[in-house]
Formats: sequence, structure tokens, C-alpha cells
Amino acid sequence: MTRKLPPVDVVLVGFGWTGAILAQELTQDGLQVLAIERGAWRDTPSHFPTTVAQDELRWYWRKEMFQSTARETLTFRNSRGETALPMRRWGSFLPGEGVGGGGVHWNGQTWRFLPSDFVAASHNAGRYGPLGPEMTVQDYGVTYDELEPHYDRFEKLCGIGGRAGNLNGEIRAGGNPFEGPRSAEYPNPPMHMTFAQHRFEAATGELGLKPFPGPSANMSQPYVNPLGCQLAPCTYCGFCEKYGCGNYSKASAQTTILPVLMRKPNFSVKTHNEVLQVKLDSTGRRATGVIHVDQNGEEYEQPADLVILCAYQLSNTRLMMLSGIGEIYDPATGDGLVGKNYCYQVMSGADVFFDDKYTNEFVGAGALGMCVDDYNGDNFDHSGLGFIGGGYIACWTTHSRPIERQRTPEGTPTWGSAWKKAVAENFLKSTNVGAHGASMAHAGNHLDLDPTYTDVYGRPLMRMTFDFTANDRAMSVFLTERVREIAERMGGREIRLNPREGPYDSMPYQTTHNTGGTIMGTNPSNSVVNRYLQSWDVPNLFVMGAGVFPQNAGYNPTGTVAALAYWSADAIRARYLRNPGPLVQA
Amino acid sequence: MAGTRVSRRRILVAALLGSAPVIVPSALSKTLSGSIPWIAGTSPAPRGFGGQRFFTAAERRCVDALVARLIPADELGPGAREAGVVDFIDDQLAGPFGRGERWYMMGPFADGLETQGYQSEQPPAGLYRAALAELDAHCRAHFQDRLFADLSEAEQDAILGRIEGEDLEFAGVSASAFFALLQETTIEGFFCDPVHGGNRDMIGWRLVGFPGARYDYRDYLNHNGAAISIEPVGLSGRAAWNVD
Repeated sequence: MTRKLPPVDVVLVGFGWTGAILAQELTQDGLQVLAIERGAWRDTPSHFPTTVAQDELRWYWRKEMFQSTARETLTFRNSRGETALPMRRWGSFLPGEGVGGGGVHWNGQTWRFLPSDFVAASHNAGRYGPLGPEMTVQDYGVTYDELEPHYDRFEKLCGIGGRAGNLNGEIRAGGNPFEGPRSAEYPNPPMHMTFAQHRFEAATGELGLKPFPGPSANMSQPYVNPLGCQLAPCTYCGFCEKYGCGNYSKASAQTTILPVLMRKPNFSVKTHNEVLQVKLDSTGRRATGVIHVDQNGEEYEQPADLVILCAYQLSNTRLMMLSGIGEIYDPATGDGLVGKNYCYQVMSGADVFFDDKYTNEFVGAGALGMCVDDYNGDNFDHSGLGFIGGGYIACWTTHSRPIERQRTPEGTPTWGSAWKKAVAENFLKSTNVGAHGASMAHAGNHLDLDPTYTDVYGRPLMRMTFDFTANDRAMSVFLTERVREIAERMGGREIRLNPREGPYDSMPYQTTHNTGGTIMGTNPSNSVVNRYLQSWDVPNLFVMGAGVFPQNAGYNPTGTVAALAYWSADAIRARYLRNPGPLVQA
Repeated sequence: MAGTRVSRRRILVAALLGSAPVIVPSALSKTLSGSIPWIAGTSPAPRGFGGQRFFTAAERRCVDALVARLIPADELGPGAREAGVVDFIDDQLAGPFGRGERWYMMGPFADGLETQGYQSEQPPAGLYRAALAELDAHCRAHFQDRLFADLSEAEQDAILGRIEGEDLEFAGVSASAFFALLQETTIEGFFCDPVHGGNRDMIGWRLVGFPGARYDYRDYLNHNGAAISIEPVGLSGRAAWNVD
């Protein structure tokens, strides 16, 4: 039997970055806010102190940091002609679970998208002519200028370290000259670079490119954020991505918001409770709350005036589908929007091997790197290249965790004495130059519900149909050649190119930057949510996260996810609460 | 939202929750409000090495021979056998990993494409068991009734090369899925924190120069391409032989 609970003003589904931001903002107005999180409570001293966090086998390889696929996974196929099979364990990407979400185990590379990324369809069509009919790229419906104050807010919340390249329109040496105008300098200086970054900076400078320090949510110095939360300087231990930070040195909900939010009497969070459904009234146009279940299988109805989906992109999309909100996209007919424009990212790179120089990459941090943005977005002329979009190229020194990393030169066997020797010789003397490529929406790449496989509750798993597109491949070939030019100039003995070839493979880790499925846009015929992330169909439902990206840019998404969350929170506070209803008239 | 309604709800919920953290000790599901629910001494310890056994004596002998070929002892020093990789794998297969407790193991099962990853009906322990039986059966049939562990190193390497090259198939179990799992678990056992039973005497870390579970390298940021010599430490510190 479903037990009905006392109503709250706002229920948040999932409690990671966007949940914490929305809770912090909406509790300011006196609203009673409840977050429902399917994973456990997690805090720095209890769950990832330095004597616990740096356990490679446990957190990454045994996946203790992530959602358990035994309870829920998704099925995958490259194309519609194939039968999707369950991802029986995570590989290519790592959805998080628990308080703080993926923000606990991110690297902290905190970018803004380019102004042109938000108008990718109109900008590229205007400059290069019509996009291919299969490319379902579209404009976001919100502009860089509108998001700028919200990017700034998140950067100050996190204490991002970097160097502005465009300060109020003035291009500044040493920063990224291609970025949109910033209203303020970064709140902290860049990270302390090491040998590999110096070599990358020299090589890219020789090529006439514009190297700059990667924007970092690892603290380059002690920092107190505007909420009064104190972060400690990063110690460059090399356990960021896939690990919690035991040192209060990486921005996360735990280090930047929760110490303040958790003290508020009008906020609470329920852990180990999974939301099964957003409940609608008989008109289907109003959410009355959510149905959730605790670990004993007890079901509850939690009424709320406002429902906000704050889980990971994949989970938000699936919850929309399971709740019957909107129509699921069907590539055969082009009908439906939920699940449309699923995008990923196209990663490639080159390892650089040195003879007599030590890169010592165990001295690393998640966002310690030098980057060039010359080949991202529309920062270069694409005429005649056969693709749109691009990516940044960087030399990050994130770690040298040995189960994960054994770089060997071309032609090395994969086991035996020769392998052992190559690993031993190159472990401390190699680095990587990587291209972080965009992914453009395509009519054939999408998410829907699997007809066969179910989760522990017997509900259909979500099915992913995805392969790299012609645009993705052409872009990646181009970027990988640029990577080669840089890597060959870094003074190493040799390089080993790692191009992104063949069909998309769901197993080797690439990046947890899944986007689309609940896309935003200008009208209900092209999007699931409006420019304020409000459902067109159900105006008291908002959807956060990278699911709203109509296509993916060549950057890490967290900065934009957070800026959109602040932007949406502002619209809710300034307009929606006074006059609940659609913020954009269809 | 009308102000009166909001405040009534606030009072209601506040009355329900109180202002101190509400924790039901016996249950996972909790409602937390009022403060960070930190309780001293609650850090979740790693599972660690339990010394559990999954392999039969024959299976263990076979795996010992296999890992010793993947990462051999040679002029560079000890290999997987010396690093306790067999103990590690044995313990792992006897535990939650071997049972696939955190893997999606519901059917139906199908072979799948390479891009679809692990699709065996067997969790890792079952896959090991079935494949080891097939491997020894193959050796018996083709090497005068000898087992894999009885073969010369050259013969063993040739078989491993054929499995890797998908030139040797097993009945009822995928030889290449087994090889991938064998390679994965061998590398894990060679490079994991010693608390898990592998990387004995930090053999793996010493081979490559990884300093382990240290957490502050700020003094080394200006290494500028020079070697850094630091003794490795594990999660449980350093063994007696390693104390300065």
C-alpha cells in the first residue's frame, strides 16, 4: 500500500550538484524543500578521508563510488538493426549515486561553453550553409550572455582556478582568447603546472596556438566561498576523478553547499529512497508529487507543489518516460521528443614517451592541465572540412593510478616480459595530449525504453542507440591530427596515437558526459523543456542536468549544467513562485 | 504559493523531523535535516583481503601458471606469482566480485557484439571455473594428457597467444571473455593496494615507481622532469621492512 506523506512545497529528485544548488536557492524563499536520493548519505570525513579514498581497486574497479548496475543499468546497441543488450557493468561512462552525485567523483575541469555553442544550429547554418538532414542540431533557446552571471556564480561557489582570456571584451594574454566575455576574473589563480604542461605550452606556442591553464575546481590555494564554506589547497595526490576528495580540496556539493544547506530548518533529504514516478493529476498537465520507495520496498506518495528532476541525465530521461510525461522519440517517424538528441563526446589523443625526462604523473590533480581552444566550436574556419564543431586539446596530468594506466609504445605486446618491461620503463616518463571533442545530434541516436530487460523493480531499462556520426568522425580525425602535431613537438622519444576508430564501444572508459533526452528549446514542437528548463507539458515540473543540452559541446559539461541550474532557479524564484504557470507561452 | 500555506507546511514538517539529525540506526533509508549527520569513526573500511578460497587445488595451480606468464618473474624482478596475484584472485572470486553482486546478471543472455561488453551468463567466478576446465581439457587432448601447468613456458605462451588471437575456442564458454577477465584481474592483483591481498611487498608499485596511497605532493611540483624517489605506502601504511 502506498502511504501518503504530508505535502512539501518542493520535491527534488536526486541530490547531486543541481539538487544542492536548487535546494540552496529555493530555501531562501522560505519554501519547504525535500530532496529524495536513492543512494547513501556521504560526507568528507566519514566516506572519503585520505586513508580511505585512495583505493583504486575499490572505488573505480569495484565501482563502489557508482550506481550499482545490479539494480539498474541500461541496454545498448549501436544501431536500430541490432538487439540492445544490458551494460552488465559500467564501462564507457560512470553514473554516480549517493549524496553529491557525480560531483563527488568528477575531475573538476570546469568550463563555460562558447557563445556560438548555444546557437549551434543558426550560427553554423548561417556561416556554412544548411546542415545535413540527419543532423538534428538546434539552438538552446538561451544565450551565453544570459548565462554569464550564472557561470560566474558557480565559479565563485566552487573557487575555480584559472586565468581570464576575455574580461568584459578585453582579450588578456595567458587566458583563453576564444572564450565568451567574462564579467570577472576567476576567483582563484590557476593550478601549479608541472613538466608535461611546460612542454605542451612550449609546443603549442611554437605552432602559433594560444595555450592557457585549464579551469580547475581543485583548489590552487585556500578558499572561502560566498556561502562561507572553507576549501583547502589541493595537495596534487592524483585521486580526483572516480574518487571522493578527502582533503576538502575539490569543489562538490559536500564542500561548497551542504555545510550551509543542511542547517536550514526548511530543508531535508531522504536517502536510500528511489523515486519511481512523477505523479500527474487527471489532466496530465500538473504534477501532484512523486511516488518513491525505501529500501524495504515500502512505497510512499510525496505530494509537492513543484517537482524538480535533479538526477543524472540518463535517470531524468528515464523517469520522464516511466511517468508518461511527453511522447518518447521514435526515429522511424520523427515523432516524440523524450529521448531525442542523445549525444556523447568524441575523445582521442596521443601518448608521449620521454627517454630521460620524468613526468612523474602521480603528482597530479583532476584539473591540472594546459589547454588550447583554437580548434573548438567555431573558433576556426570549417569551410571545406565537412564537419561542424570541435574540441579543446589539453595536456592534463590527472594521475598515474597503475591499474588504470599502463602506457606502452606502439607495437608492445599486451602481456609477458616485453609488456612488463615497457610498462616499467614508461610509467613515470610519459604523458598524454587529449582532444575533448563535441558530439552533434543525429536523428538515429536516441534513448527509449527497452522491450525486454527490467530493473529490480520490474520496470523497463532505458535503451541507448548510439554510434559516432559522420560529423563526429570527420571532426575527430581532424582533431587527432592536430593532437599529433602538438605531441610530436613536445620533445619525447616517440608518440603513440590513440584515434577514435570503429563503432562506439560501450566498454572502455571515455567520459561521463552523456547529454540530451530532455532537450531544451524555443517551442514545444522542438523540445521537452523551455529555456527555463520548465516542462512544456507539465509547468510545475522542471528538469535539470545535461539532458537539456540539444547537442554536446567540446567541453566538460558541469559548468554549463550548474549555470543552467542557477538560471532556472532565478526564473523560479523571480517569476514562477509569484505566478505559477508556464514561463514561456507556447 | 501562498505564504500561509508554506508556513503551515514548514511547521508540520519541522514537527515531524525536529531540528536534530533523525537517524534510524537499523535502516538505510533516512531523513536528514538540521545538520551534517557526521558520526565519528564511521569511515567504511575496505573489504580487504579475507583469505577466502574459491579455486580447487587444480584450478589454483592452473591460474598460478597463467598469471606467471602474463607478468613473469624475469631480469626486471618478481612477477605476478611472487606478488600474490593468485591469492588475490582466489579471494576476489570467493567474494562479491566473483558472484557479480554489483553486475546486472538478469537474463535473457545473448552473445552480443564486441561493443556490448561482458555478456556471459556466468559471473566472474563461474566464467573462471568453466574456462579453466576447458583450458586443461584442451591441454590434455593436445599435449599427451598434460595440464596447462605442466607445459613448458613456450608451450604455455603459444596457447595464450592463440586465445588472445581468437584462434582457440572453448566449448560453452568464451575463451576471449576469459582471457580479458584473466588479464584484468591479474593487473588488478599486481597493482592494487596490498590491503586487498595482491601487490605483495608492493612488488607492482616498486616495478613502475608508483608511491601508492600518499596524498600530498606539493613539495614535488617543481620536479621539472627529474626523477622523484619516494618509498611507496599503502592504505595500512608500510610493512616493517620498509620503515626508514
